[in-house]
Amino acid sequence: MGQGFFLLFATVSVITALTVVVARNPVHSALALMACFLQISAVFVLLEAPLLAVIQIFVYVGAIMVLFLFVIMMIDVREAVLQRFLPGGNLPALALLVVLGVEMLVLVLWSDRFSVAEPVALRGGDEIRELSTTLFADYLLPFEVASVILLAALVGAIVLARKESG
Amino acid sequence: MVPLWWYISLGVVLFVIGAAGVLLRRNILVVLMSLELLLNSVNINFIAFGRHYDDFRGQIFAIFVIAITAAEVAVALGILVALVRNKPTLKVDDVTMMKG
Repeated sequence: MGQGFFLLFATVSVITALTVVVARNPVHSALALMACFLQISAVFVLLEAPLLAVIQIFVYVGAIMVLFLFVIMMIDVREAVLQRFLPGGNLPALALLVVLGVEMLVLVLWSDRFSVAEPVALRGGDEIRELSTTLFADYLLPFEVASVILLAALVGAIVLARKESG
Repeated sequence: MVPLWWYISLGVVLFVIGAAGVLLRRNILVVLMSLELLLNSVNINFIAFGRHYDDFRGQIFAIFVIAITAAEVAVALGILVALVRNKPTLKVDDVTMMKG
């Protein structure tokens, strides 16, 4: 049953990701990206990481997509809608991408370390409590650094988006 | 039970699609969205390996990646708004005034 759900979520997420790249209108790209993030959060639930699934929905679907749609509404995208997207326009990059994808897939499928069905170890008990204990005890310094980075990004975005440079 | 290589393969496919968006599209907004896609595929791999080896560090690093992504998007969209105000274009090839 988990396999069926995984195939469903993976198929929809790949289709919506392709829509993000291929769509001509940036608004369509943003909406497809939102659908893709929802599918990825469902994959997180399948991976027994419910906290990450909730964070994914809050941060990506709630905050980042609103930011994207707001900026798309602020700037003029009519000229961008008119130009078509041609995948063959940049042949070296396309060849590089094909080589990259084939290489990674071959390496993953070739190795037998990824093919075991069951996890190596199954954790039990209170996962989110242990996760937060690890996060706030062992990784306290990176956590604080991340908060400082977010504050710097906040100030930087306000300064950059101000009307006159000064 | 879903095998591990299914998750890894999903991460690979999403990563290649995101890289295609970054390398092939000429629209700054779509390039930024494809960057989000890249970081999300990395998150899938982190959490899949973290569950497979029963280690919380996968989820913790995924949380840090999400936080850094939020900061990156805020700064990138601020730069984009400032850029479009000076030069009304969205094509990556036209924005060459910052070099040198």
